Amino acid sequence: MADFNFELVSPERLLLSERVSEVVIPATEGEMTVMANHAPTMTTIKPGIVSVKAADGKTTRYVVFGGFADILPTGCTLLAESAVPVGELSRDVIAKRIEIARAELENTSADEQKTSIEQFIASMTALNGIVVAA
Amino acid sequence: MPSLKDLKNRIASVKATQKITKAMKMVAAAKLRRAQEAAEAARPYSQRMSAVLSNIAQAVGADDSAPRLMTGNGRDQTHLLVVCTAERGLCGGFNSQIARFARDHVRKLLADGKTVKIICVGKKGFDILRREFASLIIDRVDLREVKKIGFENADLIGKKIIGLFEKGEFDVCTLFYSEFKSVISQVPTALQLVPAAVSTDAAAETGAAAIYEYEPDAGEILSDLIPRNISVQVFRALLENVAGEMGAKMSAMDNATRNAGEMINKLTLSYNRQRQAQITKELIEIISGAEAL
Repeated sequence: MADFNFELVSPERLLLSERVSEVVIPATEGEMTVMANHAPTMTTIKPGIVSVKAADGKTTRYVVFGGFADILPTGCTLLAESAVPVGELSRDVIAKRIEIARAELENTSADEQKTSIEQFIASMTALNGIVVAA
Repeated sequence: MPSLKDLKNRIASVKATQKITKAMKMVAAAKLRRAQEAAEAARPYSQRMSAVLSNIAQAVGADDSAPRLMTGNGRDQTHLLVVCTAERGLCGGFNSQIARFARDHVRKLLADGKTVKIICVGKKGFDILRREFASLIIDRVDLREVKKIGFENADLIGKKIIGLFEKGEFDVCTLFYSEFKSVISQVPTALQLVPAAVSTDAAAETGAAAIYEYEPDAGEILSDLIPRNISVQVFRALLENVAGEMGAKMSAMDNATRNAGEMINKLTLSYNRQRQAQITKELIEIISGAEAL
């Protein structure tokens, strides 16, 4: 199977840069699987799980908290606000994030912002369920 | 002329100082390496970010759908200056360089009849700017408790800036920090955050004239990206600052150690000379005493 270059970057460091055969990313408008020769796409990302299938068939999963992805036929770059391998994430971190978001929700009045924060909380809660199951 | 005992005490105290500065230099060197690594590790993100940003900016163009954070609100009456300095001194001219640079900028703006507001990041810049522009400082960010600067710290500052902009508190925002050129050279730099100075050259260079599909549409991505970009720029500035501070501290402490060494040499010389003089004097006294008999 054709492989392509995938990079997972957080503001602090380059987390991953390797040849992969497919990547599933949680785009804002639904999950999408990126494979080689994907049409050039730019998309924002909601909090969720990125599943990376390396060229040798091994799958690693990362939790990302928002960001965006830049997809080109020759490669894919995921700029995450923060990203952690699934195994290293504890429930407390998620719980804390939800708490912060809730506090933010109470402080804002603009409807638009409220919806976006509510969406954030919803996807975080979903994430919570996944991590606990894993 | 100080007595022998005075000289001895002074030599001892300078030696103690030298030991301290030497230790500080070594600590700074270790921290510098770490700070440099952090700055380097953060580079891919900000590079990609600006590439993507200029890409979208081109796609969206300068129509009305572009967020105001990028295009500005068309005025430039009120300026917000975010001045990033270090939390600690003892690093040569590092802090005063940034502060002086910012001060010149403020004076120029004030002379042009603009309104100026200042946010100080770091204690030292606050201390210096407070002397002259105490009334202009609207906020200060304290990073003293922070051991290692993470993205959250920068994000907080970024959110603060965006919040102020949305309230219409300022029209133009400029970030002041010190660019880390090398260990011995840090250049104070001003970077305009709002309206975002997006270069369209980057996109042309990468040949990213590729027609992108946007999901959701370009305008929405852009309005998500711009606030992020501000945080990223602040983060980069903070990291560069830390690296610069450590570099400056290292060379300042190196100088101090060398000066202390010189001073010790001089003091030892005059100590020895005086000791010899005393011995000679005592000998003369004994000899002349013996001759008188």
